Amino acid sequence: MVRALKVLVFILCLVPVGLLARKFFGVHPTDMSTWGEGLGANPLEVITHSTGDWTIRFLLITLTITPLRKITHQNWMIRFRRMLGLFAFFYGTLHLFTYLWFDKNFVVHDMIEDIAKRRFITMGVLGYALMLPLALTSTAWAIRKMGGKRWQALHRLIYFSAIAGVIHYIWLVKADLTKPLQYGVILGVLLLYRMVVWVWPKGPRKAVPVARASEA
Amino acid sequence: MLIKKAADIRSSEITPKKWYMDRRKFLAGSALVGASAFVGGSLFSPETASATDKIPNLQKSPLSTTEKQTPYKDITNYNNYYEFSTDKYEPASLAQKFKTRPWTVTIDGAVKKKQKLDVDSIIKLAAAEERIYRHRCVEGWSIVVPWIGFSLSELINKCEPLPKAKFMEFTTLLDMTQMPGQQSNVLRWPYREGLRMDEAMHPLTLLCFGLYGETLPNQNGAPLRIIVPWKYGFKSAKAIVKITFTENEPSTTWSEAAPSYYGFYSNVNPTVGSFRDQSSERRLGEFLKRKTLLFNGYDQVASLYSGMDLKKNY
Repeated sequence: MVRALKVLVFILCLVPVGLLARKFFGVHPTDMSTWGEGLGANPLEVITHSTGDWTIRFLLITLTITPLRKITHQNWMIRFRRMLGLFAFFYGTLHLFTYLWFDKNFVVHDMIEDIAKRRFITMGVLGYALMLPLALTSTAWAIRKMGGKRWQALHRLIYFSAIAGVIHYIWLVKADLTKPLQYGVILGVLLLYRMVVWVWPKGPRKAVPVARASEA
Repeated sequence: MLIKKAADIRSSEITPKKWYMDRRKFLAGSALVGASAFVGGSLFSPETASATDKIPNLQKSPLSTTEKQTPYKDITNYNNYYEFSTDKYEPASLAQKFKTRPWTVTIDGAVKKKQKLDVDSIIKLAAAEERIYRHRCVEGWSIVVPWIGFSLSELINKCEPLPKAKFMEFTTLLDMTQMPGQQSNVLRWPYREGLRMDEAMHPLTLLCFGLYGETLPNQNGAPLRIIVPWKYGFKSAKAIVKITFTENEPSTTWSEAAPSYYGFYSNVNPTVGSFRDQSSERRLGEFLKRKTLLFNGYDQVASLYSGMDLKKNY
């Protein structure tokens, strides 16, 4: 049941990038001169914005799993957390490489200068860098090797990655803060939940396996 | 990887614009009338495209660039026009019903002939020229646009500014029923922009009322705007209702919103960019960025700023 649902969710998570690709390559995918036209006047801007949006959205969705699981007592939900987190990393990687390739053409000097000089770029790269160790230690093997406590401590970095993502967005917009602030409010609620749980008098806590042994 | 070759000709460029805008109907029409469809494009001049009219007797200008022009559909569907929306794809539809007639422009401040001028009388002040200019947005993209208008100096001279007039302020219409973006306070409305007198008098500075041989589409700032091609696009105020001659540097909308990023001068400058990297730009239609030129390549304006520290006066 959960397995079938996982396949479904996996496919759903690919829909945003699938739609982008479909529009980008258009109705004549073999005719390179038409590439991008389906995405309007500035296709690379659309790709950059869309992949950035989905990175933050998947971070927020990932952070919603635990509160939702605890409130509804549906422990099976945790088995979706890793996949959703990895999709945040996936879209973040697309976002970063769109910038590095099409904005900076992989010119090392330009990349470093931009990252050092523009605070919204610095913050975006930081948000991505914080996701990197989480993606690398997302396997059951890594959890076993690290031990659950240390693994969990490391994976709290996701809070800071999401915060960096929202600040990155707030800093990059020219005037219209509506969307980044919406993300900010949602993130605020999700983090507030954790703070409340943290200071609340604790009852006996039960460890919930994040993945089935058979899935490792 | 894909780099578009400059020689690529898009269908939008070789097809008359109105047919292109409405090609489905055109195709249906040609199926009906067959080859005779090619006799007159006017047969199919669409009601759906924005209501623009041909401007007759256009003069060519030596100030025009020969660079490849950005397709009409991109220029008219990708607009930074916060009075309608902060989404660049929305003004094209939101501005469709915008009323550009009757329209008067108030001339006031330090000027001999304070007056209210009808926009149609302004347009008739001088011969309409086509000026093909590079247009560089502070967001890092650029286009090449065949604007129509004449030098702003033509209007200024007719108004006879007083010697104490050192700056000009341009005010955009304030009307939140027609301009839904003004219902939100992302910027302080009405939109105000300004130029130093010598910048405004420079022959490159265009009083603009047309695009691609026709009257200006609403989403591009109809009925009357200015174009200052060596400055970032936001300096080129749209839908102007008031022109004020002032003694002091006027406060401008974007510099009020973020003074450290958007200065009064906002000349295109690849070496100045604390917010965004301005060293390169994406010409719409190209995938990789190209180098941005000082003053957007309009070197003839450099003398306006001789002796000025362009890093301080950004």
